[in-house]
Amino acid sequence: MNIITIENIKKVYKIGTQEIFALRDVSLNIDENEYVAIMGPSGSGKSTLMNMLGCLDTPSYGRYEFKGVNVSKMTDNELARIRNKEIGFVFQTFNLLSRSDSLHNVELPLIYAGLSSGERKERARKALESVGLGDRIHHKPNELSGGQRQRVAIARALVTKPAIILADEPTGNLDSKTGEEIMALFNEIHSQGNTVIVVTHEEYIAKHAKRVIRIKDGLIESDAINEERIIPLAESKLNSI
Amino acid sequence: MLTFLYELKEGLIIALNSIRANKIRTFLTTLGIVIGVTSVVLMSTAIKGIDGAFQRGISSMGSDVLYVDRWAWFSNVEWWKMRKRSNITMAEYEKFKNAVKLPAAIAPTIWSNETIKVGEKSVENVFISGSTSDFQYTTNFNYSQGRFYNDIESRSSRYVAVLGFEVANNLFPRGDGLGKYIKVSGIEYKVIGILAEQGSFMLGNFNPDKRVYVPIGTVFKHFVNTNFRSITIEVKAHNTGMVQDTKIEAIGAMRKVRGLSYSDEDDFSINQQEGLTQSYDSTVGVIQIAGLFITGLSLFVGAIGIMNIMFVSVKERTKEIGIRKAIGAKRRTILMQFLLESSIICLIGGLLGLLIAVLMSMLINQWLPTSVQYDAFIIAVTISLLTGIIAGFAPAFQAAKLDPVEALRYE
Ligand SMILES: Nc1ncnc2c1ncn2[C@@H]1O[C@H](COP(=O)(O)OP(=O)(O)OP(=O)(O)O)[C@@H](O)[C@H]1O
Ligand SMILES: [Mg+2]
Repeated sequence: MNIITIENIKKVYKIGTQEIFALRDVSLNIDENEYVAIMGPSGSGKSTLMNMLGCLDTPSYGRYEFKGVNVSKMTDNELARIRNKEIGFVFQTFNLLSRSDSLHNVELPLIYAGLSSGERKERARKALESVGLGDRIHHKPNELSGGQRQRVAIARALVTKPAIILADEPTGNLDSKTGEEIMALFNEIHSQGNTVIVVTHEEYIAKHAKRVIRIKDGLIESDAINEERIIPLAESKLNSI
Repeated sequence: MLTFLYELKEGLIIALNSIRANKIRTFLTTLGIVIGVTSVVLMSTAIKGIDGAFQRGISSMGSDVLYVDRWAWFSNVEWWKMRKRSNITMAEYEKFKNAVKLPAAIAPTIWSNETIKVGEKSVENVFISGSTSDFQYTTNFNYSQGRFYNDIESRSSRYVAVLGFEVANNLFPRGDGLGKYIKVSGIEYKVIGILAEQGSFMLGNFNPDKRVYVPIGTVFKHFVNTNFRSITIEVKAHNTGMVQDTKIEAIGAMRKVRGLSYSDEDDFSINQQEGLTQSYDSTVGVIQIAGLFITGLSLFVGAIGIMNIMFVSVKERTKEIGIRKAIGAKRRTILMQFLLESSIICLIGGLLGLLIAVLMSMLINQWLPTSVQYDAFIIAVTISLLTGIIAGFAPAFQAAKLDPVEALRYE
């Protein structure tokens, strides 16, 4: 089933009288349970595209359908609802609330979804356990390593059981070994039936995905199945033990 | 609906955490609110206290008593005109008394400021009030001991005295004054009566508690030259409904006594407690306006401070707002979060102000019976919450409409 359909999307930033096209003309389909890597040089428009797919931003021109519903014209509140229920976002800089512990960070989307405290805690705890942080529930972000912080962020993205997981350079602030562990986690998440889109500019990260989209100057340069996909699931399990 | 409650709870937790993280800043910001609430609570309780005292005091004067006087107490008669008026004399009082029919009682009064001695003890600045035995019928005094002087004692100017509550307490702390003697400029007066407390301290020199009552003849004989000082004729109407008629009759009688012709102006004044009430009301009005002004000003300054600090808070937490929006916080969620924070800051200020007001009113209580009523609590809470919401709205709105992408990019 088609989750994301975008047609002739453009994004323009106006700085004074100058117009900067972050995205020139992008069309794209993403199906359920796909595993996509978006690659491209710095400034090519990857984050802009991700933010749009994640309903954080709206296109200047073009059409965006999420699960068959047109979101390009939605109000702020409707977009907030979609972000909350359908989208799990993972950022390069983790973006956790520094004053809250892991449990509360993961619980947060469920507060906005209107779940009761008991159910929230239960689900947040499970999500943290699933990313291997069952013993770090009451640690605050500054008491965790970078890899652990990103795991908390991933747990927060998973906890609402969203239709799609978006990750913008999730390994960008991590060393390569920790980066591999995080990618192993995404592999696992994908193998459980989730749809995953990862932005990266490192080839070895992109190799995990089934499909690689390359962007340059706000245009799609290539969109192809990844022939040489590696599935390090078994090793990663071994590594983390 | 449930979502709203969960968001409210989350908002409260965030607000309290943020306040805890910025204790000193929060405290300093609340000062304006503290002062505002303190002044409004103190003002309202003080006015209540003054009001109660005044009403109690004024009731001892009676609203049905007229005071025929050379001077107007509260009026726009020019000072120089009143200076030219002649004194009201005892002879005029006698003529006046025979000329009127309506009053229930009529009594001439004169006062003098004297020092009173009992043995070694002396009390200065006591108002010695001279009158006739009819005086007891123009007032509403209660007696704790003894009686007022009678007609015979009055006519023959006996050296007898009735003491006001406070004077009696000062001279005879053990309450054994009745039958003893007090000495006023070398002459001994026998105490034949002691008044119960009238509680009219608002009236100053009018306060019966601070007075001593003696037959008018002794005052003329020893303290006041008849030609030098005017007497005041107290005229009591039968009831409040008849005050106006009694007054008209009194004016006519007095004009006749004075031999005024048709075109002459009154060369005397008829005073009433009402005048006192009016001047009291206008005084309290001024206090109220001043209080409102102070309150309004400090609340305004306080509100600006809160607004300022909330803008800072929004700026500092731009990233946090971005994160919350990215995971599904709606505009109203963010709006509520910041409104809650500003309201709680103001509420803290309001409760602090209330506490200070309660402590200060305990101090004031030493000389003016006041007490902070429970409605002051409601006033304090309402005012501070309102200020919080009004002051917090602009910053909260700014936070609510932040663009999530921009907010996330903010460092
Ligand atoms: N808010 C903005 N205002 C103006 N220009 C912007 C804004 N956001 C992005 N751009 C421009 O849009 C283009 C694409 O930016 P984007 O962040 O999508 O790049 P990216 O591919 O994610 O790069 P990187 O790999 O460095 O993260 C850049 O040229 C950038 O300068
Ligand atoms: Mg980027």
